Amino acid sequence: MSTATPTDLFAKVQASKERLDAHVREMVEWHFNPETGCPFWLNWAQEAGWDPRKEVTSYADLDKFGNFQDDELRGGPVRRWVPKGLAHRPVYVFETGGSTGVPKSRVQMDDFRIDYENFSETLPDEHFPKGADWLMLGPSGPRRLRLAVEHLAQHRGGIAFSVDLDPRWVIKLIKRGQIQEAELYKQHCIDQALTILRAHEVKCMFTTPKLLEALCEKINLEKAGIKGVFCGGTEMTPQFHRFAVEELLGPNIYFAPTYGNTLMGLATHKAPEPEDNWAIIYYPPVPRAVLEVVDFDDATRIVGYGETGRVRLTTLTKETFIPRFLERDECEREAPCDQYPWDGVRNVRPFSRFQKSVVEGVY
Amino acid sequence: MLHLPILRYGKPYRSVDTATAVHYRTRQPFVEASQANAGLIRRDLARQHEAAAILQGFTTRELIAMAGKASGYFLNDTLPLGDSAQSPQEFVEAVSATTGLPWVMVRRNMAKIAGVLASMETVLMGLTRLPNLDMLDSGVGDIDGRALSFFPRGDSMGVILPSNSPGVHSLWAPAIALKTPLILKPGSSELWTPYRIIQAYVKAGVPAEVFGYYPTSHAGGGEILRGTGRGMLFGDVAAAKAWSGDPRIEIHGPGYSKIILADDGAAGWEKYLDLMVDSVSNNSGRSCVNCSSIWTTGDGRALAEALAERLARIKPTAEDDPNAAVAPLANPDVAKRISAMVDSELDGGAEDLCAKVRGSGRVAEWDGCTYLLPSVIHVPSKEHSLANREFGYPHVSVVQVEPHDLPECLGPTLVCTALTNDKRLHQRLLANPHIGRLNLGPISTMKISWDQPHEGNLFDHLYSRRAFQAVPELVG
Repeated sequence: MSTATPTDLFAKVQASKERLDAHVREMVEWHFNPETGCPFWLNWAQEAGWDPRKEVTSYADLDKFGNFQDDELRGGPVRRWVPKGLAHRPVYVFETGGSTGVPKSRVQMDDFRIDYENFSETLPDEHFPKGADWLMLGPSGPRRLRLAVEHLAQHRGGIAFSVDLDPRWVIKLIKRGQIQEAELYKQHCIDQALTILRAHEVKCMFTTPKLLEALCEKINLEKAGIKGVFCGGTEMTPQFHRFAVEELLGPNIYFAPTYGNTLMGLATHKAPEPEDNWAIIYYPPVPRAVLEVVDFDDATRIVGYGETGRVRLTTLTKETFIPRFLERDECEREAPCDQYPWDGVRNVRPFSRFQKSVVEGVY
Repeated sequence: MLHLPILRYGKPYRSVDTATAVHYRTRQPFVEASQANAGLIRRDLARQHEAAAILQGFTTRELIAMAGKASGYFLNDTLPLGDSAQSPQEFVEAVSATTGLPWVMVRRNMAKIAGVLASMETVLMGLTRLPNLDMLDSGVGDIDGRALSFFPRGDSMGVILPSNSPGVHSLWAPAIALKTPLILKPGSSELWTPYRIIQAYVKAGVPAEVFGYYPTSHAGGGEILRGTGRGMLFGDVAAAKAWSGDPRIEIHGPGYSKIILADDGAAGWEKYLDLMVDSVSNNSGRSCVNCSSIWTTGDGRALAEALAERLARIKPTAEDDPNAAVAPLANPDVAKRISAMVDSELDGGAEDLCAKVRGSGRVAEWDGCTYLLPSVIHVPSKEHSLANREFGYPHVSVVQVEPHDLPECLGPTLVCTALTNDKRLHQRLLANPHIGRLNLGPISTMKISWDQPHEGNLFDHLYSRRAFQAVPELVG
């Protein structure tokens, strides 16, 4: 429950806005400085004919960029995204999508580590004990999540066991109507997880909603020694939240739902309260990433608190600058709270106008 | 607003996720139903063997007696509905509110369901063809000195139900007497009837633990069909196609039911007009046993014109009109889309003669509701795209064919009423594998005989026969 008075909260919100504006100025200076910026944004500024370093002084000024088109992230050369100021660092490339066609890519050096170290601060130690080992029951391959969860485990002093899971194959099976094959593949992943849980002393895990359900059909996680589950990767409904807490996990396993993707990082959930009625409320890692909820038909208009709109992401790290990107999700806008004095998002779900074309697999 | 919970083996569960069904006229939310997430369904299905064991504890005679009592409760009693209760009249009004069916049609369907429950022994005799239903309890028996044995093919039957009309519920209702628990996914706007049948059964003494009632999404429905030993699916062409390769699932898609007139029947078509009107328009054309095409070797145009003249008399009336003959569509956009689809295929000589008689199109607005009025499409040939279609309102195509085209030109046909004395055609119809139910003579396609397997044999679906031998002292 929030402990802040309205005045305290107002002051915190104002302070966070000021920090965000300052962070925006710092990031714009970095990304559009010819010495430190990446080729993509430097070329962009040249073609746009205006200098963001002069004209962007606040977060609101990022509207001048218009909406970022994610097709820009497809294909090569991927080095156009590497900031010159970080060119000496080892570069990772993570992909998102890609079951058909060219996936979107994001280059990173340390962002995935920083994001998950920040997230680590939100995990209760009694349920995610320091030094405990983890199971990463999620996508492998060119996914950021794979390395990020491993880093999270290492950051907390543990070791992460992982499985082979190719989500693109699952999506192909589903699109072909080969549901039985997709089920078999899911069981193949669950079998790998069961083997790990039986052979090692694992106390914490990451998994996706569907894999959590499938795993709990085979094993009692509490009896298997699991104390905390960090869950994400696909949509979670309030009903799933309740089902996971009440029936899949029980009262002794902590459930940490998250909303994230390769472009944003990780939004953590607010501790549930009875009045939330199992709604899942996420807050982004401001100022590194900002989530807003905009009008379906006018993406420049932020909707009112409690109103429904499309999720708009702005990513502001030294490694990645993505202003005003319209996600394929919708939700309700959530007011700031004491722990997170900035806007959050409630009950994120696939954007209803795209829903027919979205296929979510086991992951 | 009234809320309908999920029933998890009889135990009410209120979900955080809900869906509302709207009133067909006001378009305002009328009832809210808890929505089951797929994982919850899967978790519950892991316990279906427990429900099966409960039903195995009853004799078939006991279950038949309970079905008989349930018939009366379903028809006449106030039964639980969520946190409240529902009288028979409230049930009629509720079904009407979310499906658009006039009260008289709801009552007719109610009587149909009550009929099958009341006639359960006759129904089971018809389905099993066993001389003695006690054999269902022992699993072994003897017919004329030949040993017989059978076993259940699954622990429960999952049923994906439609929203168009409550009459279809009579098809799965006997499963309880066949000792098979039910996992039901109600139609999104016809939540009422399966819930009421369950309550009637429970009041009659059937343990609530043998019933699952899961309003859910399309994905949740898939979990039900995948997770139950046997399944039954009511759906459109696309849904039927998606499950057509799974032998565990009995599929009830469009019926493409037909009347054929040949030889003397074709010559004397006038005397069958009442029969044709009933077959086409009864239950507002919503049933798969409604006739959707008439095939004649005689004068198709004259028959179509006469039928159009009769069907054009059907007009929208109040929901409580005892003579109501056409139902509004709960979603006006659907009416317009269906009508546009029919219009788009009216080419190459096909003509809606009913619209011509009425002097107006088939989409009609009345008292704030949208109706699809009957259409009689005279098509120029059996190859025309509208010759053999079904749209869920009183729609019939009239096709003139050569005698030698019958019956091969008919294609899959749930019910075929043949109006002819031509014995050779009778023989060809009897040999045709695509006809589900054959009526020889002037019998409406809508008429159901409960001692006959109807739209698939539920006993054959739920049970399998096995070879069996035993020394006499072991089988008493």
